[in-house]
Amino acid sequence: MVIGLGHYLTVAAVLFTLGVFGIFINRKNVIVILMSIELILLAVNINMVAFSTHMNDIVGQVFALLILTVAAAEAAIGLAILVVFFRNRGSIAVEDVNMMRG
Amino acid sequence: MTVTAAFFYLFATFTVASGFMVIASRNPVQSVLFLILAFVNAAGLFLMMGAEFLAMILVIVYVGAVAVLFLFVVMMLDVDFAELRQGFLQYLPVGALIGVIFLLELILVIGAYVIDPNIIRTAAVPIPAPDVMTNTEALGQVLYTRYFYFFQAAGLILLVAMIGAIVLTLRERVGVRRQDISRQNARTQEEAVQLRKVPFRQGI
Repeated sequence: MVIGLGHYLTVAAVLFTLGVFGIFINRKNVIVILMSIELILLAVNINMVAFSTHMNDIVGQVFALLILTVAAAEAAIGLAILVVFFRNRGSIAVEDVNMMRG
Repeated sequence: MTVTAAFFYLFATFTVASGFMVIASRNPVQSVLFLILAFVNAAGLFLMMGAEFLAMILVIVYVGAVAVLFLFVVMMLDVDFAELRQGFLQYLPVGALIGVIFLLELILVIGAYVIDPNIIRTAAVPIPAPDVMTNTEALGQVLYTRYFYFFQAAGLILLVAMIGAIVLTLRERVGVRRQDISRQNARTQEEAVQLRKVPFRQGI
């Protein structure tokens, strides 16, 4: 049984779908939404590395590294916004977030 | 070959199962811990694909920094999580519908793709054989030369994120005495020290 590109792509597809599904069912809990976004980015990274290995081209791994950087920055900023929001409102229910609209 | 397959299915099963537990768990602390498990198993998948450096970076950066940041925020905020799960069943049907459609489309795409075999010969930077150069070395030789501007941009993004997070969460409190070094240095001897003649046996 040879593990090929399709196997890794299937894992990444399932993980991506779980992330999107998580955003839908946890509409109120913004922490879990941020974690779902991390899952989506992880799936993208698995795709990148799988194609990089399959095509014998290291550029995919370079871009996976950059995606990792952006994901870390996004998590830091998102959690900072969350902390400030909690400090102002005493709750993290995302349905109230539209009060920030001007 | 069967060992490879067994390890692949082990890592893949754990990644997907813990990914599911991340979104389905009742307690966000458990969600974060399952996220860590998902990242560690994804690092195992990366190792199997031959991306050793990325696997180690995934463990160090994600498990060491991002997941701990999540854990910190989840534990620091005193949130009533039972209240946040009110709309769970309300959004479940539409979420499940969209998820199933999404998964079916992705599986169809994966099942139907064909890669032109000539494309392998036109790789931008071919991966050197493992006995010639390690994965880390090969990645560094590309990242610091061809993709140097991308590398710099990534560093800039991290700097912006760091400054942004500090600026967002910095709080000016009233009634807190802070050290003011310029005021300290501007003090002269006259205003800092008071010399008094104390009469003998009387005190001040």
